[in-house]
Amino acid sequence: MAILVVAEHDNAALGAATLNTVAAARQIGDDVHLLVVGSGCGSVAEASAAVEGVSKVLVADNAAYGHQLAENVSLLVAELGKGYSHILTSASTSGKNYLPRVAALLDVDQISDIIRVDSADTFARPIYAGNAIATVQSSAPVKVITVRSTGFDPVAATGGSAVVEQLDSAHDAGISSFVSEEMAQSDRPELGGAEIVVSGGRGMGNGENFEILYKLADKLGAAVGASRAAVDAGFVPNDMQVGQTGKIVAPNLYVAVGISGAIQHLAGMKDSKVIVAINKDEEAPIFQVADYGLVADLFEAVPELEGKL
Amino acid sequence: MKILVAVKRVIDYNVKVRVKADHSDVDLTNVKMAINPFCEIAVEEAVRLKEKGVATEIVAVSLGTKESQEQIRTALALGADRGILVETDEKLGSLSVAKLLKAIVDEEKPDLVILGKQAIDSDNNQTGQMLAALSGLSQGTFASELTVEDGKASVTREVDGGLQTVSLSLPAIVTTDLRLNEPRYASLPNIMKAKRKPLDTKTPADLGVEVASSLTTLKVEPPAERSAGIKVGSVDELIEKLKTEAKVI
Repeated sequence: MAILVVAEHDNAALGAATLNTVAAARQIGDDVHLLVVGSGCGSVAEASAAVEGVSKVLVADNAAYGHQLAENVSLLVAELGKGYSHILTSASTSGKNYLPRVAALLDVDQISDIIRVDSADTFARPIYAGNAIATVQSSAPVKVITVRSTGFDPVAATGGSAVVEQLDSAHDAGISSFVSEEMAQSDRPELGGAEIVVSGGRGMGNGENFEILYKLADKLGAAVGASRAAVDAGFVPNDMQVGQTGKIVAPNLYVAVGISGAIQHLAGMKDSKVIVAINKDEEAPIFQVADYGLVADLFEAVPELEGKL
Repeated sequence: MKILVAVKRVIDYNVKVRVKADHSDVDLTNVKMAINPFCEIAVEEAVRLKEKGVATEIVAVSLGTKESQEQIRTALALGADRGILVETDEKLGSLSVAKLLKAIVDEEKPDLVILGKQAIDSDNNQTGQMLAALSGLSQGTFASELTVEDGKASVTREVDGGLQTVSLSLPAIVTTDLRLNEPRYASLPNIMKAKRKPLDTKTPADLGVEVASSLTTLKVEPPAERSAGIKVGSVDELIEKLKTEAKVI
């Protein structure tokens, strides 16, 4: 049986995390179908057909799916999913929102946030905020899984040539409706997919001081993140939060500035390839995971670093 | 309006988690247990709705061993009116919990069910969504703002990249994110009062639910340790290392 991957997208572009999810699916089996559920999402369907290792793209383009309300999307995915051995999607706030509904409709347990595929029925996932890794085996007829992107290297976005099939199914549960959204606007790369991430913590002192991080990030082509302490203190909005309760990132380079290194933050970034910590407290736990630590006043070190790059 | 809140007994979030030597599970012997932080936020939100005159009754439900009574008592001390414990020694998966909660929802007919978005032990983030699907109800997950009026719940959700607001027909299921509110501390008089509030005990069999899971945990291991690197003496040395040694810039 084939494997169904539900694409992550915003009706305009295919989300990068989909490439990691397809990679996880390819470790389970060879026949991978990609489902695009949205409204006016033709360009996403086109991009999906080009993804490496996808044999078929299914497109459900209907106004009822415009904002991907869980009540509506789950009905479609559960209906289609019955014919598959596995249903996968990325462990984004969207996937986390509708996929457990799909699992419940199919009367199977869900396996959340896998970081490793051992076999078609056995997967590893972090528990206790990443302080333990559980290896879990499933006997469910359909394995319903969310995939943590940082656990899998992405497949190529181009080179594939899947057939595209339009579905005319429209499910509108009629019990919820979209009202509004406020999305942060930024020219910097998206936090989850950035090659380099510069993050600030409570040591930044206030929101205005993040300006020096933005400058450094723009020099490096990096995304900007923050610790939960900085978010809770109101320095920056929540969608910048890196950590167990925020985004999980694993860039090539992670620069932690004025971050002490609470367990909850480490859970969100410790799989980064190279970690740099800049902190004036040499006892800060962040230095225990950093490849390169600089004990210095960040307000001097960061502008100096930016100037010399 | 009646609100049902679910509370889970978990390891206290301040306790350092240790994996058992035989890698069968996390070691919970003699470990301090507490109410799951996200569930505590759910209780607080229900109490605030009652204080605003929106809700009239709050029922706190927990599922698990006899000891989960302690977490129900905590919810009662924070302002819930009565408790229900579904007692079982079985280890419950999210789907089983959702089925048991659905049975309670069928009996209690609440207008709103508030749950934590995830428990800090299993980190599943599934139960609220599963309960909503099984009950055929709307859902507002990862809520950072909740208002109820005119038979609708308006929920602002924390999503990747920003915030989304949805309108839900009641009854609805809401799961809490961290910034929904800051839970109060229970006062001593309220802790004493909570001891006299009613607490019913049921079993999964009473609710007609068979508890089973298709998942088997084969092993639980500590995560790969990351070893500390080196301290650099200056910004120049840092740039040099990043360019020539790590080759990341």
